[in-house]
Amino acid sequence: MSQTAAAPVIGVPELPTVDLRELAPWAFFVGLLGLLVIFFVSADQGAVSIPAGTMVHEWVHDGRHLLGYPCH
Amino acid sequence: MTARNFLIRGLLAGLIAGLFSFAIGYTVGEPPIDAAIAIEEAAAAPAADHAHETGSDHEHGDEGGGISRTIQSTWGLATATVAMGVALGGIVALIAAGVAGRLGRLPLVGSTALVAGLGFVAYSLVPFLKYPAVPPAVGSGDTIGSRTAYYFLFALISVVAMVAAVVLARRLASGMGAYPAVVLAGIAYVAVVAVAALAMPTVNELGDFPADVLWEFRVSSLLTLSALWGSLGIALTWLLRRLEVSQKAAV
Repeated sequence: MSQTAAAPVIGVPELPTVDLRELAPWAFFVGLLGLLVIFFVSADQGAVSIPAGTMVHEWVHDGRHLLGYPCH
Repeated sequence: MTARNFLIRGLLAGLIAGLFSFAIGYTVGEPPIDAAIAIEEAAAAPAADHAHETGSDHEHGDEGGGISRTIQSTWGLATATVAMGVALGGIVALIAAGVAGRLGRLPLVGSTALVAGLGFVAYSLVPFLKYPAVPPAVGSGDTIGSRTAYYFLFALISVVAMVAAVVLARRLASGMGAYPAVVLAGIAYVAVVAVAALAMPTVNELGDFPADVLWEFRVSSLLTLSALWGSLGIALTWLLRRLEVSQKAAV
């Protein structure tokens, strides 16, 4: 959008930006992967179980409590 | 500057943050967790035959999942904090890449620090205020489904409201200037999460759990979360600053 709203002050260099079209696939993929990791640490085998069992839950048990997620 | 530049530094910063928050969590968080488990076991001992009737399929120590308390408090906790750190590091770095140079005249370090700070408020601090962390022995296995749903719904509302607030601040800033725009957007975020917090059900399953252990646990939980986000912000801005300096030198 209009990031030129504040007209560049003379003598102040333009701030570098990252092209959003280049960024989009990275953001999508890392976002998806990151949410998956967060799911396994925060919620798996509590309310939802993939795979079935309590192994993941027990392994990250203390982290789940300390990071503030609901636990048993 | 490319997405790749940001992502690599985000993952590295996340690793550092995960290790640092493990150190904090292990130091300040494990004593109250152990105290809570001792309370749970003391309560369960006289009523051992009722334990299975409560519907809780979750137990601590060797009985549950075959993972000992020692493993849970060391490798288990480290796995959780490092995985969380790396995941958040990657996400925060790519958001920082998206907003770099696009938040008024904030330089790279400033906009990146803002992403980490607002991320902490939106994803960890505000959800904590509505649905604070509970130690082991608190919380019934029967309500884990609804408690999990409330928590993540509230966290989602908070994060979406924060993103909307930043977009709003950018829009308003072009007309009224940065200061009133940021103040108004901040008030709008607080209004949205306050309404959501009042509208959503309250969870209280504390029973007669001792207040001192609860307080100690919650403070340690907040310290662990602060350590995670704080060190992520510092490590990422430090790494990006080095990148900026080296790229300026190369031009």
